[in-house]
Parts: sequence; structure tokens; C-alpha cells
Amino acid sequence: MNIRGLFRAEQTRRKALVQGYVVPDTSRCVQCGICSYNCPINIDVRRHAWLGEPVRDSHCLTCGECVARCPRGVLRFESTNLFQTQN
Amino acid sequence: MRRYVIIGSGAAGIAASEAIRNHDASGEILLITDDPHGYYSRPGLAYYLTGEIDERMLFPFSEQDFRRLNLRRITAQVARIHPEAHRIEMHTGAQLPYDRLLIATGAAAVRADVPGSDLAGVVKLDSLEDTRHILNLIRRARSAVVVGGGITALELVEGMRARNLRTHYFLRGDRYWSNVLDAAESKIVEHRLQEEGVQIHYNTELAEILGKNGRVAGVRTKDGRLIECQIVAIAIGVQPRKQLAQTSDLKVDKGILVDQYMRTSHEDIFAAGDVAQVYDPLSGKSVVDSLWGPARDQGSAAGLNMAGITTPYSRLAPFNVTRLAHLTTTIIGTVNKGRDDDLLGIARGDSETWRNLPDAIAAQANFDVNSLRLLLGKQHLLGAVVMGDQTLSRPLTRIVIERVDITPIREQILQPGAPLGDLVADFWSQLHKS
Repeated sequence: MNIRGLFRAEQTRRKALVQGYVVPDTSRCVQCGICSYNCPINIDVRRHAWLGEPVRDSHCLTCGECVARCPRGVLRFESTNLFQTQN
Repeated sequence: MRRYVIIGSGAAGIAASEAIRNHDASGEILLITDDPHGYYSRPGLAYYLTGEIDERMLFPFSEQDFRRLNLRRITAQVARIHPEAHRIEMHTGAQLPYDRLLIATGAAAVRADVPGSDLAGVVKLDSLEDTRHILNLIRRARSAVVVGGGITALELVEGMRARNLRTHYFLRGDRYWSNVLDAAESKIVEHRLQEEGVQIHYNTELAEILGKNGRVAGVRTKDGRLIECQIVAIAIGVQPRKQLAQTSDLKVDKGILVDQYMRTSHEDIFAAGDVAQVYDPLSGKSVVDSLWGPARDQGSAAGLNMAGITTPYSRLAPFNVTRLAHLTTTIIGTVNKGRDDDLLGIARGDSETWRNLPDAIAAQANFDVNSLRLLLGKQHLLGAVVMGDQTLSRPLTRIVIERVDITPIREQILQPGAPLGDLVADFWSQLHKS
């Protein structure tokens, strides 16, 4: 298996556009604010990164602006997969 | 009711305030800072300089966030601590009592020791005030000279270029950040800077900053070249701001010495963040970092201990994710050794540990601007540098920090031309299956 097969970054991204949310990795974040600055609907993504909380805001468009613009790779999409039981 | 005083409003001071408030709802917390702008993202200044964010974005906390913490904040300078009396003395002479004190004063840029350093137009990138000053100067400037190394020097270079200034970058040696990056990685960064129009001057040392009417007009190099510029930006490292501890007879070395509970040589005084020199169980030495993550973690640990919740701070392999010439770069663990003539001591976004590489074998893979370097010990990965594609940076951070036994792939990694990325990725996925 190669890297592409393993991480399927692009596939995950596209999936996340329809059924995902943005998850921060707090240890990478320096609170620069680029994520919040670029959110088209003014979600304070940075606050989520400080608290280590996924962006579960139902208004989130999962447009990927924050994920793409973060200079430190803090944010990633994670699938919510509605058809799996979540603990 | 316990009275907590925190000196410094950076990541460590804020994290300590949060930790205290989480465990002591009624204690009085006083946050004192000499920065008129209070708490803001210091790493964010680089993006304010390039124009990627505006100034209001630098402030992570709203007034409501501060109210929730129930802090009293004042802007003032602390002149002295009287440990036995449990009092601090302000510059005005006023004294304030404390039960627990945290020194989280951070680090400050080292000044250049060359003639002309006092001219208007000689700048550093240390604070919001500095950044405002640079942005003001840029409006009237055509060209800039940047001197120094590490992340801050590049932030200045990129900031000047983003604002369309002719930008000269002086390197004392023949490559950038020679004791953290290796030659191939330095080359990638330098090449990208040159593509962006930055003029890199190798083996070049600043001899004098030339002025006209008290303002920077140019520089003279040690080999006699004259370069016209209106701004000279200096980023030759930072120094922990430990003077307060020194004059108050606390034990200091490179920074303020603390034990694993972030306690200084005085029982009720703690230190955290860039100013603290912390015991590193991996090397057995006491080290300073200038990193946001550890500053926050140290601040939290200090806050808990101040509130009476005994919590050791365990220093992990340090890592930073940063942007070097628009290339996301993760540096983890120990990656190189030696000295870098462009820097005096430590810089912002830097860790001493990165340069403590013992005998290790390096394995490297490069593809275009993407580069991956692994530093192998006998059983563990001691460090890694991931440039460009960051797919592997998360797994590698965990492998280094958690000291995962890499024996199963060590031999394969060391084969010439080994597909390092695939090997690490496969190893990581196997690890998570089992």
C-alpha cells in the first residue's frame, strides 16, 4: 500500500464536504487566527483549536477554507459517518 | 482566598490563568503585563506582516473570554520580587502581595552589536508594537536588509517581499539555518526565496548600518559592499527575560531554572514558557525552548501546581510546524547539531533539543520541493524534518514523541533509495491495526 492509498487525503476531503467536520490538532496551533479570518460565515475556528474541539457548528459549510489556509496543518476533515453508531 | 499573580500575558500566562480558574473558582488572579496590547498571538505577527490577516485577528480572547476567567488585568512593569515577604514591587514603587507567583515574561530579541543600530529604521519582530512600526516604515521604504537566522528572519524576509520591497537577506555562512536543516533542505528554502525575488547574500556579515538624518540609508558589509536600504531588520535570536528572577535571587542559568512542577528555587514562585529552563528527562539536561505548545503546556502545569493540584510537567520531544518560504515544515525531536553563525543562542519557534543530535544515521528522500529526513537511533526515531507534503508529519510526530520501537523497518529505511514515505506510512497503519 502506498501513501496515497493509505491516507486518501483527497477522497476524505471530498467526502467531508458532504458528511464531515473540521477537527483541530491543538498541539500544532499557535492561535494566529488565519482560520477564523477566512471563515466565510465567521465561525471562530481558532477558539475550537484552543479548546481542542471539533467544529460541530451546524452552520459550518465544510468549505475547507480554514483547513487549506492554516499555515501549520492544524485542521483536518474527519468524517462524521451518520450511518455508524457513534459513542 | 488565595491571591495569584501572573507576570506575562503570553501563551504560558494565559494557560496558567485558565488552569488556576478551573480549580479555584474564588481565588483572585492578577495578570500583569508590560505589553500594552495584552494577550495576542506572537506567531501571528508574521501573517499580519505579510497581510494575510488584519490586526484584530491577533487577539484570540474576547472580553467575554477574559470575563469568564474572572481575571484582573493590568499593564505595568514589575521592578522586583520580594520572595520572603511574598510581595512584588512595581516600577512606580507600589507593592502588591501574592500567595503564588508565576513569572511568564517570555523572551526578547537580541540587539545587534553593530554601529548604527540605534538609527530609525532598524527593526525587530518581537511584539505587536514592532510589527506596527515595520508596517509604517514599509510605506515609505523601497528596500530592506534582513540579517539573522531561524524562523523569525524568514518571517521578516517574507513580510518585506509580500509588501513589495526589494529584499536582501544576509547569511554569514553558505546556507540557511545550518544547525537545524541539512544542506538539501536549506537549498530548497533558499531556492524558493530567490524565486520570490529575494536577493540572498551568502558569506556576508553586517559591518555598519549607515544613516542619513538619523534614519537608515544603507548598510556596509564586512567585505566593503554598500547596499542602499531604508529598513534593516535584525533576527539574531532571543534571550529569556529572566532579569526579574536574577535581581530577586532566584536560581537562573540560560533561563529561570524550574523543577518538574515548574517551581523556581523559591517555593511559591513558578516560571513557565520561553523564560523557563526546564528539565528534559530524555537528555538529562535543563533546556530552554521558544515554542508555543510547550509554553502553553508549561503554563497549564504551573497553574495547576499553583492551585495546589500537584502535576508534573513532562517535557516531550519538541516539535514545531512552521512555514519556511511558503513551505509547511515540521521539525520534530533532534535533527542536527553544531552552531549557526546567524543566530546567538535560541530563536523564536526554536528548541535547543533540535541541535542535540547524538550519533545517528540520517535517511532522506526528496521529491521536488517535498523533503523527508529521518534521524535514526538504534531502536527509535530520534527526529524528523518534513517539508512540503505534510501527510506524514502527524504519524512521525507521534512515532518520535512516543518513542515507538522502529526495529521492524529500520533496516529497510537504511537501504539506498528506500521509499521512506511508504515505509513510514505502512508501519504506522500496521501499528494501528494491531
